[in-house]
Amino acid sequence: MNYTFKHSTEIVALSIAAFLALLGAAFAQDDLFKAHMWVAFFTLLAGTVLLMRRTQIVSTKAEAESSFYMDDVIRYGAITTMFWAVVGLLVGVVVAAQLAFPDLNIEPWFNFGRLRPLHTSAVVFAFGGNALICTSFYVVQRTSRAWLFGGDLAWFVFWGYQFFIVMAATGYLLGITQSREYAEPEWYVDVWLTIVWVAYLIVFLGTIFKRKEPHIYVANWFYLSFIVTIAMLHLVNNLAMPVSLLGAKSYSAFSGVQDALTQWWYGHNAVGFFLTAGFLGMMYYFVPKQAGRPVYSYRLSIIHFWALIFLYIWAGPHHLHYTALPDWAQTLGMVFSIMLWMPSWGGMINGLMTLSGAWDKLRTDPIIRMMVISIAFYGMSTFEGPMMSIKAVNSLSHYTDWTIGHVHSGALGWVGMISFGALYYLVPKLWGRERLYSLRLINWHFWLATLGIVVYAAVMWVAGIQQGLMWREYDEQGFLVYSFAESVAVMKPYYIMRAFGGLLYLSGALIMAWNLAMTIAGRERAERPIATSMAVQPAE
Amino acid sequence: MDDARHIDGKRIDEKTGVETTGHFWDGIQELNNPLPRWWLWTFYATIIWAIGYTIMYPAWPMLTSATGGYLGYSSRAEVRDELATAEAARGSLVEAVRSEDVAQIVANPVLKQFAISAGAAAFKVNCVQCHGSGAQGSAGYPNLNDDDWLWGGDIESIYTTINHGVRYAADEETRQSEMPSFDGVLTPDQMADVAAYVVSLSGTPKFPDKVEAGATLFAENCASCHGSDAKAAKGVDAEAVKDLGAPDLADAIWLYGSGENAVVQQMMHPRNGVMPAWGARLGNTTVKELAVYVHSLGGGQTVAAGQ
Repeated sequence: MNYTFKHSTEIVALSIAAFLALLGAAFAQDDLFKAHMWVAFFTLLAGTVLLMRRTQIVSTKAEAESSFYMDDVIRYGAITTMFWAVVGLLVGVVVAAQLAFPDLNIEPWFNFGRLRPLHTSAVVFAFGGNALICTSFYVVQRTSRAWLFGGDLAWFVFWGYQFFIVMAATGYLLGITQSREYAEPEWYVDVWLTIVWVAYLIVFLGTIFKRKEPHIYVANWFYLSFIVTIAMLHLVNNLAMPVSLLGAKSYSAFSGVQDALTQWWYGHNAVGFFLTAGFLGMMYYFVPKQAGRPVYSYRLSIIHFWALIFLYIWAGPHHLHYTALPDWAQTLGMVFSIMLWMPSWGGMINGLMTLSGAWDKLRTDPIIRMMVISIAFYGMSTFEGPMMSIKAVNSLSHYTDWTIGHVHSGALGWVGMISFGALYYLVPKLWGRERLYSLRLINWHFWLATLGIVVYAAVMWVAGIQQGLMWREYDEQGFLVYSFAESVAVMKPYYIMRAFGGLLYLSGALIMAWNLAMTIAGRERAERPIATSMAVQPAE
Repeated sequence: MDDARHIDGKRIDEKTGVETTGHFWDGIQELNNPLPRWWLWTFYATIIWAIGYTIMYPAWPMLTSATGGYLGYSSRAEVRDELATAEAARGSLVEAVRSEDVAQIVANPVLKQFAISAGAAAFKVNCVQCHGSGAQGSAGYPNLNDDDWLWGGDIESIYTTINHGVRYAADEETRQSEMPSFDGVLTPDQMADVAAYVVSLSGTPKFPDKVEAGATLFAENCASCHGSDAKAAKGVDAEAVKDLGAPDLADAIWLYGSGENAVVQQMMHPRNGVMPAWGARLGNTTVKELAVYVHSLGGGQTVAAGQ
């Protein structure tokens, strides 16, 4: 019988990577790169040490697949998803407070300029990305009836992605940015993400190829379109020439309006394929599972899938209305956005109508309630989006906080709530628990989060429309009535209320983290079941 | 979880009576519902609307340019037209501001009101960053609402200040003066004496016994610019100091902060504030409008200082 060290390859690879980071720090051409390489070195070193402490001599034959599916990596993913959700939301509350109280800007590392990308990346890529990676691994195995392709490659995807998050986040705080919204990390972090993403594609596609089901389930179409398109967007938008291979700075391959259009082609499709298609994949698995009902319409899922991915990719120019972008491109961005309305709503219909025959569960199952509100917010923000892309509306809404409200009704309402629903479904299953620690705490989470979103979105509507109207207010002789600073000053009460809305949402997520931690620990809270308390009470 | 019965080889969902596709994934099935009619027709409508819109507006990219659209719309032409419309609505008033000097504008009520509106708009874009949206100023930037003027508060003086700026190197006619540093000229004790005297003119000094010595030192070192009564262009020596930009130290208005420490700070490390020359940036008409607006804020004077 042969014996070997467990994790031996990983330990060697990690220590080589740590050594390379050390070399990078030693020969760095600028201070920022040096600092960032030290961060990379210590992170990789910590990883190496942790693995070495866990290594043991094992028989090469001893490790049989203990379960039918590879779920260890998904368990890790569920925990990091929850962790990054709390981090991202917390930073969000901090930046919201900074806008209301500028004294909270702590120079230089914790000023708004550096914390804002930390917030957006933490919620979109760290929380959203982990949610997508872990649920896609779960869904693709079960709907393909196959073990994840590539063995430990899934672990590489998981840890490689966490390393990307750490490098991106520390880079922002150090002040390393290529100033592209939602694509702020510099070239070397981009290269690393590309490697991780290709591995992700291989794991996912490989699993689909070796599936034991005759057809590919609709959730996997959406997950796959998300993985493929994000790869394309990431590669093109980050085309850049580094000043030095040992330096942090790079220059974009594009300039001027072409650069702006490339950026918003990327930015809008990050919304379309990361935050929409990916999470639709999540919806198409977890809603029918939780409701115990068939998907409403197979035909609708085909038509709205292809319409969505064909139309979404052209809608980016609506971010550049009334700019140097040629009129024809603005027109196309707008009409494609309008045509996108129904394909987006196809997903909403399929999600909501899957509950037909199970609507009563809304009363008894807070997880279903969470999923339904998420789909409702999805429908609302995918109506609001096309409406805001209309040039006449956009001339009022553009550059105002209305846009911020729109993004958050999608992000908090749709992306957040569907992920929370999926996690509540997943955690008891992954850890073999009979039920969650508490269903009543989910109810608390549901109401805190919903109230938080409503406060946030409503406040930002009022704030944004007021800003837009103030900016375009002229007196009878055609002279500007308000200065920009005056429009900033009136925002203060709205910004305080917005921070309060975010705080509600964050507190819901903290309750969830507690609930999941207790579930993982195997505890069950003694509580009245939800159904009885909601049953009709006799008249008194 | 299989709520299906079978009719003619088809699987029918029990609860809805709808046929399923017969696929199974981890227990999930799909109903074979048709596309909702309203959904499909709305989708068609948006497509037809989109095609119509692209015919009316610039849209289809060709080899070297794009289709201009049936309506001949262009966003640049739209801006041009709107600006022309606004310009036309103002009519002869703009021309009058352009051709008349500031004194004439202030003397003509209609023209003055117009110039105040125009100046207020220009102020909101160009001046609020330093002087505040209410022209109230901030540390280092003068309040423009009061009657305390460094370079004169009559309309001509305000116009000249805005036009050429203050200590603005790129403009040869800029307002020029420099408060020298007294670090090394006076001892720290002497500066404290001067500060006590200066503070005593408008308030209560912390060390009243220093005031007398301070008054002597002030007369020797400071009066040549700030005036022998420290009232600069508002005092007895107005004629001699009116073009030096020296502040009145006898009022309670402070550019760089009040109190002994602030006064000593300014004596040791004088801050000589700069304002850009706006004539070259905004054009003479806008500068006239700004001057009339600032003059109207409350402290505008009818006669130049020293006259």
